[in-house]
Amino acid sequence: MSPRPGFVLEVDRSTPQTLFWRGEGFGLERLPAGSRVLYGPEPLAALRDPDAAIRHALDHPLGDSAPLRSLLHAGMKLTIAFDDISLPLPPMKSPDVRQRVIEAVLDLAAEAGVDDVVLIAALALHRRMTDDELRHALGTRVFDAFAPHGLLVQHDAEDPANLVDLGQTDEGEDVELNKRAVESDLLVYVNINLVAMDGGHKSVATGLASYKSLKHHHNVRTMRASKSFMDRHHSQLHTSNWRMGKLIAEAGVKIFQIETTLNTDTFPPEMRFLQRREWEWTARDRASFFATSKALERTPPELARRIFHSVKAPHDLTSVQAGEVDAVHDRTLENVFRQQIVPVEGQTDILTMGLPYICPYNVNSIMNPILVACLGLGYFFNLYRGRPLVREGGVVIMSHPTPWAFNPVHHPSYIDFFEQVLSETTDMLEVESKYETAFATDPWYIHLYRTSYAYHGVHPFYMWYWCAHALEHVSKVIIVGGDRAAVRRLGFSPASTLADALEMASDVVGRDPSITHLHTPPLLLADVQ
Amino acid sequence: MKALVFERNLPRFAAARLASVVAGSGHGVGVGPLELLEVDPPSLPAPGWVRLEPRLAGICGSDLATLDGRSSRYFEHLVSFPFVPGHEIVGDVKGGRLDGRRAVLEPVLGCEARGIDPPCPACAGGHKGACERIAFGSLAPGLQTGYCADTGGGWSAGLVAHESQLHEVPEALSDEAAVMVEPTACAVHAACSTEPPSGASVVVLGAGTLGLCTIAALRHFCLPGTLVAAAKHPTQRQLAADLGADQVVEPGEVVRAARRLSGTLALVSDAGRIERLAGGVDIVYDCVGSPESLEQSLAIAHPGGDIVLVGMPGVTRVDLAPLWQREVRLRGAYAYGAEARPEGTRSTFELAFELVASARLERLVSAAYPLERYEEAVAHAAAAGRRGSVKIVFDLRRKSRSRTPSEEAE
Repeated sequence: MSPRPGFVLEVDRSTPQTLFWRGEGFGLERLPAGSRVLYGPEPLAALRDPDAAIRHALDHPLGDSAPLRSLLHAGMKLTIAFDDISLPLPPMKSPDVRQRVIEAVLDLAAEAGVDDVVLIAALALHRRMTDDELRHALGTRVFDAFAPHGLLVQHDAEDPANLVDLGQTDEGEDVELNKRAVESDLLVYVNINLVAMDGGHKSVATGLASYKSLKHHHNVRTMRASKSFMDRHHSQLHTSNWRMGKLIAEAGVKIFQIETTLNTDTFPPEMRFLQRREWEWTARDRASFFATSKALERTPPELARRIFHSVKAPHDLTSVQAGEVDAVHDRTLENVFRQQIVPVEGQTDILTMGLPYICPYNVNSIMNPILVACLGLGYFFNLYRGRPLVREGGVVIMSHPTPWAFNPVHHPSYIDFFEQVLSETTDMLEVESKYETAFATDPWYIHLYRTSYAYHGVHPFYMWYWCAHALEHVSKVIIVGGDRAAVRRLGFSPASTLADALEMASDVVGRDPSITHLHTPPLLLADVQ
Repeated sequence: MKALVFERNLPRFAAARLASVVAGSGHGVGVGPLELLEVDPPSLPAPGWVRLEPRLAGICGSDLATLDGRSSRYFEHLVSFPFVPGHEIVGDVKGGRLDGRRAVLEPVLGCEARGIDPPCPACAGGHKGACERIAFGSLAPGLQTGYCADTGGGWSAGLVAHESQLHEVPEALSDEAAVMVEPTACAVHAACSTEPPSGASVVVLGAGTLGLCTIAALRHFCLPGTLVAAAKHPTQRQLAADLGADQVVEPGEVVRAARRLSGTLALVSDAGRIERLAGGVDIVYDCVGSPESLEQSLAIAHPGGDIVLVGMPGVTRVDLAPLWQREVRLRGAYAYGAEARPEGTRSTFELAFELVASARLERLVSAAYPLERYEEAVAHAAAAGRRGSVKIVFDLRRKSRSRTPSEEAE
């Protein structure tokens, strides 16, 4: 039986309660009659033989590209860059798709006699991955073959000796990239395209870039003009990366792009009720829900966090395409859309969303308040094509405990951003103009980014800018169940219950608003007519 | 007359200490050696002494430490029992050149008050706070009025004062403003005696009366480059900002704030907690005086920098390795006397009057109590920050319920 497409449910009196994530927990909420609930398509079927599909993609590239094996030869310098810990979410069960793809690429390289091969984790300004995380992503065989010899490296955006300036785009954007990648005879980039934002020219132009480059598209102006950044042709974020991609190609950097799409099978069987439609829950699902939610209520937050972050997603590969960047990415988007698109008629006054425990920047870490804002207003709000799910001037209601808590190893500059910057202003442009440079160039943050496991000093700014489009678009943001002081520091309104939040929203949208709930997982992309 | 009298009574002293340890500061007063008694007014010790009838008398941190049984044994030879506490005083003068006028008491009992002639070098130089003879001369030992058996103190209907201790209060200055002059003078001395160079980075730890007055004094007299204040409670945070702090942070945030301010690196634990800064700020004013605040000061002062203890410390266990290795200077700032200013040497009290008026420091007086309700007053003072208050005073102007300054104004 083929998986069912996405679905928009209209809530009536017989509709069971709807599942809302609340960080490291979840609960059921009764939405008012007439509310809509968006459910993504069911997970697509896995490719029957993923390794064969990968080999086929490498041998039958898309666009103006020769098969990978014909691009490999003895004596060449080969660099394989790959997406970092931020993808996929949650981290997938072994073998990770990066392992499968990189092993296939390395087999071809070995056949061709290539012996100068370096693997680079394309961190951009993200934190370095631990050895365990690298081992999980690449597999033990690859890790053990490369890491001990210094041939598995992590991109260092603050190492001037290993960066090269390729010049500026037509729009004056600097392009400064990883030197090894640029100077290789071939750069193979291995993507995991979990959402439509990922991949394309953004892979190299962002993943292997420096702050000098990134600041041209990671800024308030660009994010406000990315409507949405899941819709590449209406996203200035992508337009800028594509300009950079053009310059990179003109500079002679030869890229062989490999993009993979995964299905939305997000949780293992014992937690699968989380991605099922509530009215279809079996007795076992209901029992699992009640047992799990009750147990979590009594579990200390740190332990609950550890439990959730140990979950590995059973994601399966649904497509793999390789070759020339644009041709590959167009095909990838088709496959992402096939999995995630849900047609939706019209916008809503109130958009509700339950925020889970994980986002791209807190894998094995704490979802701090800035990341809560980013997940809700950056990622979930932007899960649309056409028009935003919520109307201009509408209200977003998110549920999450939003603890005033940070991981000081991973997010040192986030703490300072929250304590110093947001305590003075939440205004995007003021934040950007007054503080960004100081944080971006702070030697301590740079030291921690380079030598510890810290996100770059400027990263909390980017997460804040990620919210720029949403915050310009909506009138009010309410967080249900959040730490009140932390929620207020973000400039949002705290509410104790969903009912309270809806009451608060009525000040803006009236007493009879339309309500739409974004039900995830499975991830979806609303095609708003 | 009525007076709150502090007796030498070791069992009650121990009880006060126990109560304050178990139940918190301010709880020692009920079981301690302080009692409201009917006593004879103190006699005038010598010519040059006059009577002073307090209008308002403040409760300060050192008073609380005494009542809690927490004060250092260092002071054993510098006080005499029984004494009437209270050294932040504005009152009416009876006799002498200021007869009938309002005056603020400069409570240090230096050589002149003690009839010592010639005075010690410090007093001769105008630096009464550093007087070497506070346990000698014609008076019983006592570093200040309020700790001396012969003078009485502010927590009573009357005391005696040497004329050299009195500063006339200008007509325009309210009693609430005037009672702030003495604590303000301490802060002025801390700021002026350690004057940070132009552009220096400064951190003030603590935002009780001393901390807030130190912020005001630094901003008024010294113009440091950037001043970060650590304040625990919302009212304190607002006042710190109003009085001139460029940035106000929670006490737990101050190390990170100092790091940002100085742009330095930091040494962190495996869990990512900052243990100390590699560099740091130029001067730290510790207006708390606890082991934790001193440790924090050592963590954020840059090599060769200064830590000024403004708040009264006690017996403290602290690792001095960073003091040694980083050549940090640790110094105290006690009381007042004379300050070197660009315009010449000026009395600290004169500068304090100026600052109280210009910064409107009367707003720091949060509540006033009659002597009869001293236990409530002390409890309020001990919990001032938490209760949104700063300075708690005894109101000797009339016997009545507690009044706020605004009620008084009405």
